[in-house]
Parts: sequence; C-alpha cells; structure tokens
Amino acid sequence: MTAMNGTGPAAFLGRHEGLRGRLPGASLPWVEALRDRSAAAFRAQGFPTRRVEAWKYTDLAAVNTSVFGEPLTGVDDALALPPATGPRAVFIDGRFRADLSNLEGLSYTVENLAWALPTLETRLGALVRPEEQALAALNGMLFEDGLVVTVPDGVAAGVLHLVSFATESERAPAFHPRHLVRLGEGASLTLIETAAGPVRARYLHNPVFEIEVAAGARMNHGRLQQEGREAFFLSTVYARVQEGGTYDNFTMNAGSRLARNEIHVALCGPKAECHMNGVQLLADGQHADTTTALDHAAPDCSSRQTYKTVLSGKSRGVFQGKILVRQIAQKTDGYQMNQALLLSPEAEIDSKPQLEIYADDVKCSHGATVGELDAEQIFFLRSRGIPAEQAKAILVEAFLTEAVEAVADEHIREALTGAVAGWWQRQGIQGGIEAA
Amino acid sequence: MLKIENLHASIDGKQILNGLNLTIPAGEIHAIMGPNGSGKSTLSYVLAGREGYEVTEGSVTFGDLDLLAMEPEERAVAGVFLAFQAPVELPGVGNANFLRTALNAVRRAKGEAEIDAIQFLKLARARMKVLNMPDDMLKRPVNVGFSGGEKKRNEMLQMALLSPKLALLDETDSGLDIDALKLVSDTVNSLRGPAFSALVITHYQRLLNHIVPDRVHVLSAGRIVKSGGPELAQELEASGYGAIQAAAA
Repeated sequence: MTAMNGTGPAAFLGRHEGLRGRLPGASLPWVEALRDRSAAAFRAQGFPTRRVEAWKYTDLAAVNTSVFGEPLTGVDDALALPPATGPRAVFIDGRFRADLSNLEGLSYTVENLAWALPTLETRLGALVRPEEQALAALNGMLFEDGLVVTVPDGVAAGVLHLVSFATESERAPAFHPRHLVRLGEGASLTLIETAAGPVRARYLHNPVFEIEVAAGARMNHGRLQQEGREAFFLSTVYARVQEGGTYDNFTMNAGSRLARNEIHVALCGPKAECHMNGVQLLADGQHADTTTALDHAAPDCSSRQTYKTVLSGKSRGVFQGKILVRQIAQKTDGYQMNQALLLSPEAEIDSKPQLEIYADDVKCSHGATVGELDAEQIFFLRSRGIPAEQAKAILVEAFLTEAVEAVADEHIREALTGAVAGWWQRQGIQGGIEAA
Repeated sequence: MLKIENLHASIDGKQILNGLNLTIPAGEIHAIMGPNGSGKSTLSYVLAGREGYEVTEGSVTFGDLDLLAMEPEERAVAGVFLAFQAPVELPGVGNANFLRTALNAVRRAKGEAEIDAIQFLKLARARMKVLNMPDDMLKRPVNVGFSGGEKKRNEMLQMALLSPKLALLDETDSGLDIDALKLVSDTVNSLRGPAFSALVITHYQRLLNHIVPDRVHVLSAGRIVKSGGPELAQELEASGYGAIQAAAA
C-alpha cells in the first residue's frame, strides 16, 4: 500500500484516492459510495478548528500538522498479550488478529468487518452523520476493519472483550476502525474495550461505533482508554435505543496526549434508558474531552450522566453535554453531573452543559463543580500515619467513587478499578486505600 | 516523654502561643484547661503538625525526637495521636478501609508486618464492641452522617487501634452525652500504663472526673499560668478562669 505524504486533510484525502480500489469493499458499489460521501464530507470540513462551536475547547492542530503513516501488516508476533480468559477480539493497529482472539463457541455472532463487509449494506453507516462529524467522515473514508457483533433476540451474550493495541512504529500509523454492534430484542451484552499502546509511540486511533439496542435489550459498554502518551485518540460512538432498552456507557480517559470521546445516543422508543458515566484522569501535558449528545426522541425515557475529571500538572479537561428533549418526549427524566478536581494550579477544566427542551412535562437537571483537595482532609489522613501522597490518592479515589459505583456491570467495575489503580502507579504513587 | 519549651506560635500573623512550657513524663496524663481563645486547639495542632501554624520560637521534644521537624505522618508513626475536636468527614472513603490503611501505614513505617483484612476486622470488631459501636459503622464512609457522639467514638477507635504513646485529646468531651463520655474515658483509661501519656484539653472539669489527670495546667493567652494536681480542676469549676487570669496578669 502507499505511504501517506504531507499532513492534514489533504494527506488523508490523498490516501483515500491512492488506495481507491484496494480498500476493503472496493468491489461493492455501496461501500464505494459511502467512502466517497464520507470523503466529500471530510473535504468540506477538514479537521475542525476551534471556531467550530463543538470544538471550542479542543484544538486538533497537533493532529492536523502531524505526519501519519499507514499500519504495517503482519507485524509483532512477539506482542505480549496475556492469554484470553474469556471471549475476546483483538485488533492490532486497527486490524483484526484471529490468532490473538478467542471467539470459539459463542451463542452469538462475532465477525471482523473486513470479512463481513458484503453482508453489512443496511447496517454500516446507518447511524453516522459524516456531514456533521468530521472525524466520523474521516473514518468512513478510510475504515479497513472493525468488530461486528450480532446478538440474536433473547440471547444473554455475557462479556466480550475488545482489545485494541497499537504497535511501536516509526510510521506513526493512523487507523480508523468501524465497530458495529446490534442487540436483538431482549438480548444483552457487556462489551469491555481496552485501547492501549506503547507509552512513546505516536499514532492516531479514530474508532467509530454504531450500536443498535432493540426493544428490551441491554448493552453495557465499558471503555478503558489507556493509549500511549503520544497518541491521539479520537472516538465517536453512535447508539440508538428502542423501547425499554438500555445503553450503559462508561468511559475512562486516562491515556493519550489528546483524547476526544464523543457519544451520540438517541432514545427512540418509550421507556428507553441511557447511562453515560466516566472518569478522566489527566497528567501533565494531556488533554481529554468528553462530549455527549443525548437525543430524547420518545416519551418516558430516562438518562443519567456522571462524569468526573481529575487533573494534575498542566493538563486540560473538557466536558460538553447536550440533552435534547423533543416535543414528543414527555415525562423525560434527565440528569447530568460533571465534576472536576484540580490537583495543580496549572490545570484547566472547561465545562459546557446544554439543555434544549421542547416538551413541557419533563424533569431535567444538570450541575457542574470544580474543586481542589481539602487541606483538612489531607491533614486528618496524615495525622493517622498515612503519607501525604497516599492521602491524596485516597481522596482522589473517593472523588471518583460516585462515578465508579454508578457502573451497573460488575465486570466493568472491576476492570475499571484495576485501571484506576494502574494509573496511580504510573504516576509514581503506590497504593490508595486498602480494602478491608 | 513530651517536653515543650518556650513555644511561640502564630497563625495568619496572629500570635497565639506565647512562651508555653510543659513537660509530660511517660505514663502521666495531664490536662490543659482554659477559656476560649487561650490557645488550646492551637497547641494540639502545632503538636500534630498541621500546616498553617508557624512556630516562631521554642522547641518540642518527644522522647529524643525533635517533633517540630517531623511531618504529620512521621509524628503519627512515632506515636503521637490527635483526637480531633471536630472529626473530619471523608465522603467516598469507607471507614474500615480507612482504618486498615492507617494501621498498615504506621506498621509499614515501623518495619512491622502488615495485617490482612481478616485480622483487621477481628481487631476492629473487638475494639468496637468495647466502644459500643455497631458493625455498620465500618461500612459507612468515614464520619459521614455520624452523630457527634459516633464521631468521637470513631476517634477513640482509631486511637485504640493505633495505640499511641502520646494522645492529644482536643475537647473530645464537647457535645458528648454522659454515656459517650464514659466510653471515651474508658478507652483512654484502658491505654493507661508506663508507656502512655496523654494531654487532655478541655473546657470543663466534667471529663476529668472520668479521666483523672496527674497534673492540671491552666492556659491563658498562650502560656501556662498555673499548674497543680487534680484538685485544681475542681477549683476552676467553682471559681471560673477569671480569678486565675487576674492573678496571672
């Protein structure tokens, strides 16, 4: 395949032109049409600048001016992944690796997108609006692979792990996986996703999820973003939930130099539910942005959002949360809370809640707080023999507790607790609270 | 055990302690009484190492340690325990986890083996039974939603588990009913021995009926103005601080 030349949108558009006829699905007219539509949308938008309202607090200039290459094929046999303890699908630099995955004997279907593409005409792109989301347009133009999960009606699929790993590469690969998840009526699935890469590797991970939750189905989606510290993580999730269904998203943003975690959820049937919770753990030099858009498009639905951001050093956090309540969506119950803990005077948090309500019988509330660690609490812990750094770690953990406890699925909660502890260790702090 | 010499301390530029001298031999319990604003709480905070208090003159030795040169956690490891007048709430931190973390932090610093969760619970439950604390106080977040008496009993539980050499009780009797007062006193009395000293800071004589001190000191304007035996507390209760303050002035 061709290497990319230059930087910015032109380089990505050039890559699309250069690979025309070689990207997966090249022989399928509908795929070509989708890629062309996406390319046109990306050409029109480029990487959004801060003049675009939705990108006011997050600057993509560093992405725009970086040179990226394409992923290598068939590398890294030495990649040390722990053995699978349950069903898992592994992607290296955005490409499915059957040899590292474990998908035997499932009661539902898991495929990789490159292989399943001919069967996906009605699903692929159904939820995406490339004309409105430049990053989704970029993904639509250049996607090569991804996860395709189909859970039949009434099937309790249990836990599936999605592992995305980037390799150490001087080529600074850019990859744009497209993941499709469809839950049939009354079905359930817990998808736990880990995105990681070498600490110093520079790469662009630009995943797009399309998630369809049918009536009465439940999807628990736990996302642990622990990309390398030079990585760009630009993620967009689209979910559509039907009557009585639940989409429960928990995202931890702890890695990467720049992260955008954009989630669009539409509650399309009565009594559908959406939970979006998350924590952002940011150290010096990191920027993380969580942007949610919740569309209450049916009556009697409820939504809960709790996001907590911890910022140290010169880091910056962003939370933008929009709740749209359409006229038809009477008896909507919406709640949104966004809290930040600043551990350094150089850290910055920007918060923009946005309610747009057209129905007259709704209950919607939102709140935002910014604070620092409490000197009296720190002294209290130290006076009991706990070293200052550990005391701070305990108080930060306590700050995160509410968001973590809101996670309904125990597997996700467990994975998250481990990931938070790992983050502390990487900050050089040994141990927060000890369980008794 | 504790030797305070000519201690001067200020907060936010305001001088609170003005040449305080006090020696507590090992095994003794001393009481400090005094009116509001005399510097009682400042003394306990300076001894425990709270930030914001500036020692401008004087010294404090604890055993052979220069206490003022130590971090708060080092003082705790060395055996200093401050029972807070207003115990701090820690939302999101389970009480049991907090207690075990503190206990093991001290044990680690002393090179002792850490105690596991099962040993810890056994130890804590035994102490709680004596303090008449229900089991669910282990599960709740530290001091959150605790009544005044529960908070003070929780302080006593921490003290009993950490078994300090020097306990600083900062108005631990405030806001306690007679039953809770007795439980607090019992805990302190149970620790009494040749290696345990305590400084009981109080406004009222009431507590000293239960924790009978070896010496009583009167603090006024940041200095000890009178010292005596336990009878001094009764004298103060009868005549008030005014006479002593006037005599000292």
